[in-house]
Amino acid sequence: MTARPPVVIGAGLVALFVLAAILAPVLAPHDPAEQNLARRLESPSAAHPLGLDELGRDILSRLIFGARVSLGVGLAVVLLSGAIGSLIGAASGFLGGRVDAVLMRVSDVFLAFPGILLAIALVAVLGPALRHVILALVVIGWVGYARLVRGQVLQIREMEFVAAARATGVRGRLVLLRHILPNVLPTLTVQLSLGMAGAILAEASLSFLGLGIQPPTPSWGAMINAGRSHLLDAPHLGLFPGLAILLTVMALNYLGDALVDSLDPRERRLHIKQ
Amino acid sequence: MNSILSIRELTKSFPVRRGVFRRTVGHVRAVDSVDLDLAPGESFALVGESGSGKTTLARCVVRLIEPTSGSVEFRGENLLELSAEVLRRRRRHFQIIFQDPYGSLNPRMRVERILAEPLEVHDLVPASGRKRRVHELLDTVGLSAEAAGRYPHEFSGGQRQRVGIARALATEPELLIADEPVSALDVSVRAQIINLLAELQQRLGLTMMLIAHDLAVVEQITDRCGVLYLGRLVELGPTRGLFERPQHPYTVSLLSAVPLPDPHRTTERIVLSGEPPSPSDPPGGCAFHPRCPIARERCSSDRPALTEVAPGHRVACHFAGELQLGQNASPDASGTFSSSDRSIQ
Repeated sequence: MTARPPVVIGAGLVALFVLAAILAPVLAPHDPAEQNLARRLESPSAAHPLGLDELGRDILSRLIFGARVSLGVGLAVVLLSGAIGSLIGAASGFLGGRVDAVLMRVSDVFLAFPGILLAIALVAVLGPALRHVILALVVIGWVGYARLVRGQVLQIREMEFVAAARATGVRGRLVLLRHILPNVLPTLTVQLSLGMAGAILAEASLSFLGLGIQPPTPSWGAMINAGRSHLLDAPHLGLFPGLAILLTVMALNYLGDALVDSLDPRERRLHIKQ
Repeated sequence: MNSILSIRELTKSFPVRRGVFRRTVGHVRAVDSVDLDLAPGESFALVGESGSGKTTLARCVVRLIEPTSGSVEFRGENLLELSAEVLRRRRRHFQIIFQDPYGSLNPRMRVERILAEPLEVHDLVPASGRKRRVHELLDTVGLSAEAAGRYPHEFSGGQRQRVGIARALATEPELLIADEPVSALDVSVRAQIINLLAELQQRLGLTMMLIAHDLAVVEQITDRCGVLYLGRLVELGPTRGLFERPQHPYTVSLLSAVPLPDPHRTTERIVLSGEPPSPSDPPGGCAFHPRCPIARERCSSDRPALTEVAPGHRVACHFAGELQLGQNASPDASGTFSSSDRSIQ
């Protein structure tokens, strides 16, 4: 087994990004919408550490404000699709029979569709807006959680402690809530943190295609798109938002990996002892 | 007989599915028309080799598995006819101890919650008194109160099984089913757990059904004993009588395999040929006839019924008593736990 990064690295980086998003108005050195066409495409300098974009706006400020969109969309998508997917997956796995058959056939239909294509189609039909982006990403995102939770529920409900709970006389609903779901939670949490990375990438993709949030609100994906036409003469336009996405996604993946260990009560003790 | 548990023609068959279309190609009769009565306060053992249907029988009795047919009367009430809610409320009167102490405790619950749960779901002790009751239960099974705050993985197998026993006792049941409670444990702690069970059974006046394949244990702590072969009860009687004068050829061969602690005794072992037949395709007549040393023609066509051969001692064999344990092979009641470490598997 390869050594996993400690939780603090992933969690620390994620916390840093979240903090930047929340404190954006305080942290950003300039107004992200303020244009200075005379100095467009200017390279990084002391006053503008990451340079200026094609309309002469401060890239660092836009990146900091862009974190709000990226993290906000990522969080919203993950929470909504996680909740919906878990509910459907838990119902499917626990009730079984016809409920399971119907729900899983529906999820097969969603799985058979290329996700990002479906999202593009949805946003194209509904119109580009932040809430439509979230909706589209939830529509393609819930299936993964439903499948995961269903599989876990199916596996855990066959375990002896579940039989023991039933033999004790615990009600079915309570068996699910108390004995099965808490044991699904660690796997789900890991999946959520990885899913957030995926959602941020998907939002960036949609914004890159012009289907995400509309100007002048800054979004990392849209910034990369703008930098595309200046890749040779002003590479810093695309480079920095690209790095921001890379770092965020990596931090979330780190966090997910590290959570695998720390959420297991069997492992927790060991960490404390070390 | 004044019985607390009365099982009649209990049968459980599982469908066998094969192929792409999962067609049902046959049925495995894991439990086959079992009749059994337990008297209040008695200690009963169910023995048989792996796959003989012991666990399935136990789980059918407490309806963790739905039996295919038959009836299970507990205190005069057929458990199989109860609605889910009524059954749930009755569960406090009959509890089960599981074989695997690692899998039978929720890894994310502290012992305190594991033991308080039965009190809570049956509304036995008000929330304020649960902590005290949990400590009492821990004390009953020989664990310190400090164990309450710990997670199952922090205990050894034997300690976990004690937690499992405490959980089963929490509702003050009348009937306790112990499904191979020590077979997953280290040999060194088996005796402790068995002695604890025996002591609790005596002290609390429990009716106990002990499922085991360790005959030395059975001989030590049970009053009556039933032998299961391929889902059928082939012999049933007082443990002492059954061990001294086994009547069914299967029981005879089973007992002849018990190791004796006396080096001067020569054991005449009856070694059975072949494997136990598949329960999905059981032999006609007596299920044991293909491996039976005294089988005759009749055994392959006629299925023998349980017939009384001595008071309380019943055998399902056309030629009961014909095969005897060798004179020197009779395991005596003084067999200690040291002989149990080579149990019949």
